[in-house]
Amino acid sequence: MNIHEHQGKELLRRYGVAVLRGVPCFTVDEAAAAAETLGFPCVVKAQIHAGGRGKAGGVKVVKTAAEARTAAQGLLGKTLVTPQTGPQGRQVRRLFVEEGCRIARELYLGLVVDRAVGRVTVMASTEGGVEIEEVAAKTPERILRETIDPAIGLGAYQARRIAFGLGLTKEQVGKAVQFLTALSKCFLECDCSLVEINPLVITEAGDVVALDAKIGFDDNGLFRHPELRELRDPTEEDPRETEAAKHDLSYIALDGNIGCMVNGAGLAMATMDSVKMAGGTPANFLDVGGGANTEKVKAAFRILLSDAAVKAIFINIFGGILRCDVLAEGVVQAAKEVGLTVPLVVRMEGTNVERGKQILAESDIDVISAKDMRDGAEKAVAAARRA
Amino acid sequence: MSVLVDRTTRVLTQGITGATGQLHTRLCREYGSQMVAGVTPGRGRTDFEGIPIFDTVAAAVRETGANASVIYVPPAGAADGILEATEAGIPLVICITEGVPVLDMVRVKRVLDGSATRLIGPNCPGVITPGQCKIGIMPAYIHTPGRIGVVSRSGTLTYEAVYQLTQLGLGQSTCIGIGGDPIIGTGFIDALRLFQNDPDTDAVIMIGEIGGTAEEEAAAFVRREMTKPVVGFIAGQTAPPGKRMGHAGAIIAGGKGTAREKIAAMEAAGIRLAPGPAELGATMKTVLQERKR
Repeated sequence: MNIHEHQGKELLRRYGVAVLRGVPCFTVDEAAAAAETLGFPCVVKAQIHAGGRGKAGGVKVVKTAAEARTAAQGLLGKTLVTPQTGPQGRQVRRLFVEEGCRIARELYLGLVVDRAVGRVTVMASTEGGVEIEEVAAKTPERILRETIDPAIGLGAYQARRIAFGLGLTKEQVGKAVQFLTALSKCFLECDCSLVEINPLVITEAGDVVALDAKIGFDDNGLFRHPELRELRDPTEEDPRETEAAKHDLSYIALDGNIGCMVNGAGLAMATMDSVKMAGGTPANFLDVGGGANTEKVKAAFRILLSDAAVKAIFINIFGGILRCDVLAEGVVQAAKEVGLTVPLVVRMEGTNVERGKQILAESDIDVISAKDMRDGAEKAVAAARRA
Repeated sequence: MSVLVDRTTRVLTQGITGATGQLHTRLCREYGSQMVAGVTPGRGRTDFEGIPIFDTVAAAVRETGANASVIYVPPAGAADGILEATEAGIPLVICITEGVPVLDMVRVKRVLDGSATRLIGPNCPGVITPGQCKIGIMPAYIHTPGRIGVVSRSGTLTYEAVYQLTQLGLGQSTCIGIGGDPIIGTGFIDALRLFQNDPDTDAVIMIGEIGGTAEEEAAAFVRREMTKPVVGFIAGQTAPPGKRMGHAGAIIAGGKGTAREKIAAMEAAGIRLAPGPAELGATMKTVLQERKR
């Protein structure tokens, strides 16, 4: 789960990480009032779940209340296209009005779960404000790394090593150590998966401040943080993905026309690959999971059919915990309730497969059965072409 | 021989009184695995269909001599279950649970380093040595005893590979589902090394997926140390960057973890890539026939 910059900064502030004063705003009037309160110059920032806002015109420095109003009017409701939003862009529904600051240096700071070492790694670089991937690719020696021992947390000596490595002055090092310690504590306590401060700013006054904050959480850890779950912004998510999440289904919308329903993430990806190899394009990734019951299968079916682009459905199930008869029952019920409007290709194997096939055969829904994954993909692609 | 588990393995189920734990303990016992104990705190001195239940893993090990544990405990308690089994000195712990918080696994991993315990998973189907011992949730009937090792990050895709092998008359020595999470116990390299050293394994199927760099590292290992043929496949070749494909680990992030990079690394290491997921078995058959000549 991702959250907005203003929510991230509020969380960081609670942990003692230095952030600027700011106010989240949903209307032009709110933004103008916030700007007056904060004083000028201040900054009006579009809040969307994607980076690269500055270059896309989503961040405006304003010097008067009238300018704040104009900036807010221009941004609210606008669709921002950044390298991270994809070509369709994201609509701006809220703003963050933040006090200005005089920037002396822009640095990069990021914390991630590093799979290779199985620990959280802190990355810092003097190349702030730019894509860290670019720095990593071109000049990896400019990235400082410290790995956090989960039993100890980030050691002060590690934080100092980063601060000195970034070329901070003696006075700034103490502030940076406090910043880093608080930030890593927040990461570990809140089940974060990513925290990126880009840029981390050294002000002319010598303060160390988070000018931006991008925070992602490990969905598996959110059960421990009901207050963080409240920060979810459904308007930033695909409505079908939100609906799927309600039913504990893992669904990702894609841009093809073959709706896929599969059990298991790996098999679901392989099914998408098969569709592509058969000359088609998948409309989605959908993993109904191991513990799927009839209700879940029905919900999955409804979600697939709600996508107008879907011209054929390919169900590929290798029953383990999920039994084929349960799946077949769900498909039959869903087809009856929702109404099957596109060709349906089913490939089933695994636990109770004979019973599953029998249920489908005895029903009055029109099922094209497939003998294996490739056969199923080819039949689905052919059916979609005919449609 | 086979690897990790065989007919002598004595299995303990952690979370034996939950629905999943009950079902799969029963199915594994029907398969012939020695299911010797269960643990559910507060349910000690009772039994599940004749299998004694204990309050703690330590007591279960002491009383039954269990030397492998399978965990079906819900996500919030799964890491604790692994730690308890590790502390009790169980050499093989298999965590089936899906949805374990990644920072829990960071802590578990730290404890595992330097311990005598090998962890498989979490978020995996388990381990099976066909005809001898099944620990986990995989459907039994698709497996046949034989000489092909299977290692995979994905559950159902492992079944797919195994089923194709069986249909072609190629049995399996041991099948290991290592799990789809970003941080797991046993990785590809450990599993490949086990198969390389196993006299009863002739060749290995390795199924990876997008995300992380485990497949690239495994490819380097294959190039360096494996003499047995390896057939590979990477799932998610058509997945877009930045989208998490169900498995917490399956995401192309920061330009890393793409199928293309993995396939290139595997090909460079002499691993034969199956052209599609439906051709895993056939590709293995071809490789074995080429070897014979």
